[in-house]
Amino acid sequence: MSSLGELRRVAKSAKGAVEDKAARTKDNKAAYLFLLPWLIGLGLITIIPMVSSLVLSFTDYNLLRAPSFNGLDNWIHMLSDEHLQNSLRVTFTYVFISVPLQLGFALALAVLLNRGLRGLAFYRSIYYLPSLLGTSVAIAVLWRAVFGGEGLVNQVLAVFGINGESWIGSPDTALSTLVVLNVWTFGSPMVIFLAGLRQIPEGYYDAAQVDGAGAWTRFTRITLPLLTPIIFFNLVLQVVHTFQAFTQAFVISGGTGGPLDSTLFYTVYLYKRGFGNFDMGYASALAWLLVLIIAAFTAINFWAAKYWVFYDD
Amino acid sequence: MTETKYASPRAKERASQREAGPKPQNFVQIRNRRRLRAALKHALLIVTATLMLYPVIWLIVSSLRPSDEIFRNPGLVIGDPQWSNYSEGWNGLAQPFGVFLLNSALVVLGCIVGNLISCSMAAYAFAKLRFTGRRMWFAIMLVSIMLPIHVLIVPQYIFFANLGWVNTFIPLILPKFLATDAFFVFLMVQFIRGIPNELLEAARLDGCGHPRIFMSIILPLMVPALATTAIFTFIWTWNDFFSQLIYLTDPNLMTVPVALRGFMDSSSSTNWGPLFAMSVVSLVPIFFVFLFGQRLLVQGIARTGGK
Repeated sequence: MSSLGELRRVAKSAKGAVEDKAARTKDNKAAYLFLLPWLIGLGLITIIPMVSSLVLSFTDYNLLRAPSFNGLDNWIHMLSDEHLQNSLRVTFTYVFISVPLQLGFALALAVLLNRGLRGLAFYRSIYYLPSLLGTSVAIAVLWRAVFGGEGLVNQVLAVFGINGESWIGSPDTALSTLVVLNVWTFGSPMVIFLAGLRQIPEGYYDAAQVDGAGAWTRFTRITLPLLTPIIFFNLVLQVVHTFQAFTQAFVISGGTGGPLDSTLFYTVYLYKRGFGNFDMGYASALAWLLVLIIAAFTAINFWAAKYWVFYDD
Repeated sequence: MTETKYASPRAKERASQREAGPKPQNFVQIRNRRRLRAALKHALLIVTATLMLYPVIWLIVSSLRPSDEIFRNPGLVIGDPQWSNYSEGWNGLAQPFGVFLLNSALVVLGCIVGNLISCSMAAYAFAKLRFTGRRMWFAIMLVSIMLPIHVLIVPQYIFFANLGWVNTFIPLILPKFLATDAFFVFLMVQFIRGIPNELLEAARLDGCGHPRIFMSIILPLMVPALATTAIFTFIWTWNDFFSQLIYLTDPNLMTVPVALRGFMDSSSSTNWGPLFAMSVVSLVPIFFVFLFGQRLLVQGIARTGGK
């Protein structure tokens, strides 16, 4: 059960059956004692900061003087903030291109690796490794060296007589190097797909084969439909993650989100406003807009799921 | 034969084609065809794997090259290993690199201990105890997995700054002792649910209270889940850049990612050798954890992600 499947079950059971309350005694005291650290964390580290940042988003606050209310100023300013518009465009492009590509790769390789392939564990490890390294600063350093003016990619291109410009230095290509980096980390959704593939009963494929279904038909008629809950899970998770991408854009662009805002991820802009200019009020408003955007996309995903996700239960 | 039912008209067509078309004459031909297909598959997989790992291997090789050669040599042959890159990089910042490694190790250790204690406690309550509001709290916990940290970071920073905790490791470690990594709570709930209730009932009949059951039955049985949590916490904390960048500005307290980024910004464009060397050093712990923990990592991902 994935966390999303779990959530679905919780919601379902809440609507349905009345719990057999008398059946067993409750352990309220013990339970709340065990939950205590989590409850304190939920209050102090999550809920109070969430509410405070909402309040701060209606203030002008630079850490030095007490916050002063300025009504909707921050929110109105967002409408005309050119950098914000750039960062939204960059972030949306990044999410819409790199998530489908990454999941596509993950699914394709999971299908290739499935079913008794010799050396499965070996391949799985190799493909999985980049997803552990992908968000490290060291890999961002490497990416600068790979896609720089005299970087690895251009060295290889030079062998074929092509003289490449710096991929990171040009506003037209800088974002695509980050997309490549994200796709490079397809290993972790791939592992989730592999686990899902293993749940599909072998008998379905045998039956289909007896009926003369070819490999492609088996894939589209059996594998894909039965895998939709996992595709959905990966999709929701990756969209949420990708909207929050920070390290790579920050390090590769030297903290600027440049050239010409072309790698100004939303979070990079938020960092610049909040911790570069100490514009805490505006940064809070930005943070809340991000939450609203992510929530909206998650809601859309859940709504759309009704039309394409197939639950076998 | 005419009575056979096919899954679809196309399947029927294909089946009849197969009967009419050139059939493999014997087992040898079938086997050869299968082998060819397997060989092609492996070739594809190996090419992909090589392409993916090439930059990382190139990074390691280049860390042993003179800086001016790095951007002229896309190959993997090292002439004369420049170990001096490592000594130069180690001492390239205000503090020796060992200080940053130690700082990162301390933060990682604190986070692991915090996650193991707090998440396992919460998970036991969610998985095995009945209490009022359980369903609501559980749903909140699940939703909080997806909450972006950015919406919390500004007030958290203000809060920790007011307590004078900026430039300490407390803001990085304390939240872990309060089970804010709900992902691990969920991972452990999944695991504890698999422990038979009969075992707990038996212990209860023998007079064990919940703390005792938790300490002497649940914890020993959930060692794999604890190990998975420890490994994931290690990797995520070791790589974490955003919060460490915000809370650690004192050069004596910088962790590896923050220091490495400072190194990159401060070193001139001719100094790539030492920078590469320290990048490799920073990846070594992850690589080892991956080497020894990959089975648990893969299982952990599969268990929480699988349907």
